[in-house]
Amino acid sequence: MTDALLTIEDLHVRFDLPTRQVHAVRGVSFSMGREKLGIVGESGSGKSLTGRAIIGQVAKPGVVTATRLEFDGIDLRTLDKAARRKLTGRRIGMIMQDPKFSLNPVMTVGKQIAEAYRVHSNASAAEAKKRTLDMLAAVRIREPERVWGLYPHEVSGGMGQRIMIAMMLIPEPDLLIADEPTSALDVTVQTQVLAIIDDLVSQRGMGLIFISHDLNLVASFCDRVLVMYGGRIVETCRASELDRAQHPYTRGLLAALPRIDAPPGDLPVLRRDPAWMGEP
Amino acid sequence: MTGPVISVRDLTVRFGASVAVDSATFSVGKGESFGLVGESGSGKTTVLRVLAGLIRDWTGAASVAGHDLKRQRPRSLARMAQLVFQDPYASLHPLHTVDRVLGEVAAIHRLDNPNERIEAVLLAVGLGPEFRFRFPHQLSGGQRQRVAVARALILEPTILLLDEPTSALDVSVQAEILNLLRRLRAERGLTLLLVTHNLAVVANLCERLAVMRRGRIVETMDAERLRRAEPEQAYTRQLILASRGYDRANAAEIAFETEVG
Ligand SMILES: Nc1ncnc2c1ncn2[C@@H]1O[C@H](COP(=O)(O)OP(=O)(O)OP(=O)(O)O)[C@@H](O)[C@H]1O
Ligand SMILES: Nc1ncnc2c1ncn2[C@@H]1O[C@H](COP(=O)(O)OP(=O)(O)OP(=O)(O)O)[C@@H](O)[C@H]1O
Ligand SMILES: [Mg+2]
Ligand SMILES: [Mg+2]
Repeated sequence: MTDALLTIEDLHVRFDLPTRQVHAVRGVSFSMGREKLGIVGESGSGKSLTGRAIIGQVAKPGVVTATRLEFDGIDLRTLDKAARRKLTGRRIGMIMQDPKFSLNPVMTVGKQIAEAYRVHSNASAAEAKKRTLDMLAAVRIREPERVWGLYPHEVSGGMGQRIMIAMMLIPEPDLLIADEPTSALDVTVQTQVLAIIDDLVSQRGMGLIFISHDLNLVASFCDRVLVMYGGRIVETCRASELDRAQHPYTRGLLAALPRIDAPPGDLPVLRRDPAWMGEP
Repeated sequence: MTGPVISVRDLTVRFGASVAVDSATFSVGKGESFGLVGESGSGKTTVLRVLAGLIRDWTGAASVAGHDLKRQRPRSLARMAQLVFQDPYASLHPLHTVDRVLGEVAAIHRLDNPNERIEAVLLAVGLGPEFRFRFPHQLSGGQRQRVAVARALILEPTILLLDEPTSALDVSVQAEILNLLRRLRAERGLTLLLVTHNLAVVANLCERLAVMRRGRIVETMDAERLRRAEPEQAYTRQLILASRGYDRANAAEIAFETEVG
């Protein structure tokens, strides 16, 4: 790909725990443009850590290495902390998997979004507030004025997710990493929120990494999909062809999906083959 | 006991001036599995919190296992009816290992053989012994969710109130948890109240469901009607349509209906 927005080669994330080493991401390589790239894979397969490694937010004692980690021509490995924070606030945004954990519990949500916005722009307080309320309305929050004044524990699960989404969309990033961004939303609101993100990709040329375990959603929303298992990418395919995926692991995931029109009954669960760990 | 295990009549919950739950009425029979679905912010979690005794200020009538929730809750009820929170962080102390989280629950309720129980319940939710001494931040999102389910199951409750128990899980672990819940229902006659936005999960596990929107229950239906995609309300139809996957054209349609609806 010539106009790569992000290129990753041989990414590893390791944790040295007192008792043993956890090698959570084991040689991930991919390149993406201004497209919607899905990442699926079982719990613990390293999806979130891959996203965190890109924005430089792997907590200690995690160690991140890569032979290449490049965003729009910038080598992310050599940036100092301040430059990296500036870049990740403005041009790369990440919607974290646990929205409430990422929000400050003692500050109202409106203030948090507006302040996050002002750190990266010259907007006045009044402008920031207006922009925040508009964005809350855009992500289908009913009564944005009321929600502005609520504390994180006073908003519902799905409202928390949309607050995080609003916060990350306001700076209009070039790359958005969205980690299970809509898992707490009902499906109609989910469709509407995804439409906003979709339009940012098609109209503004934003790149999107969409981490999700919802295979149907990824298949219908994304352009391409990476399937992760045990810290590696085991399969890459066009999203629209996910139902024809070849790898037995991907097939196992597809089989485990409950269906709205199927009678109740036990679902097939994945039987893991140790050989999957060793594959390239 | 012959009456319903969970009964809610005209339940209304206000936070300040806003009405989170507006005259909700439903009941769940013994051994039944009931789904609560609907719009984000429509009051589903609030209903569960009332049933778990975490919200005191409400009007209407509600009972769990024959106990009127307007009266003093007996201690036995706390063990019998367990709530699994939507947000695993809310139920897991950040500085306590998985072992300590489960151990404390066992100690509070004076369970015998805590060691064996912890090991067994972790296995039941698909977590091997290597996870037992980890802290929440050392677990992935789905692993934390499974600890939250284990924390409820260790007390062997007869009523489970589950708030989006599988929304953070990959589909294979979701299948394992759904199968586990089905097995517990068969073995122990467990009664389930399941809040989820995933209609396929409801179709897989529940006999009946209620659909909520803006604090109200707009429709109560058999899961069989859901499977056949034959709801009565336009809003439920939208939910079923949107469940089929993302479609940009749908978004505009939903937005339009939301304005008029
Ligand atoms: N701080 C840490 N210390 C030790 N191990 C960790 C730490 N953070 C994550 N891990 C482990 O790394 C692995 C990958 O974690 P990651 O959060 O990337 O998974 P994931 O694919 O996002 O899973 P999920 O779908 O459940 O969110 C997991 O097995 C997790 O337990
Ligand atoms: N402690 C609180 N203080 C003020 N308002 C609250 C509080 N708890 C909930 N609310 C409000 O009550 C309404 C219903 O919230 P609830 O959490 O029950 O929704 P939900 O149906 O579970 O939504 P979701 O699917 O997004 O989790 C929301 O508008 C929320 O802001
Ligand atoms: Mg994750
Ligand atoms: Mg909720």
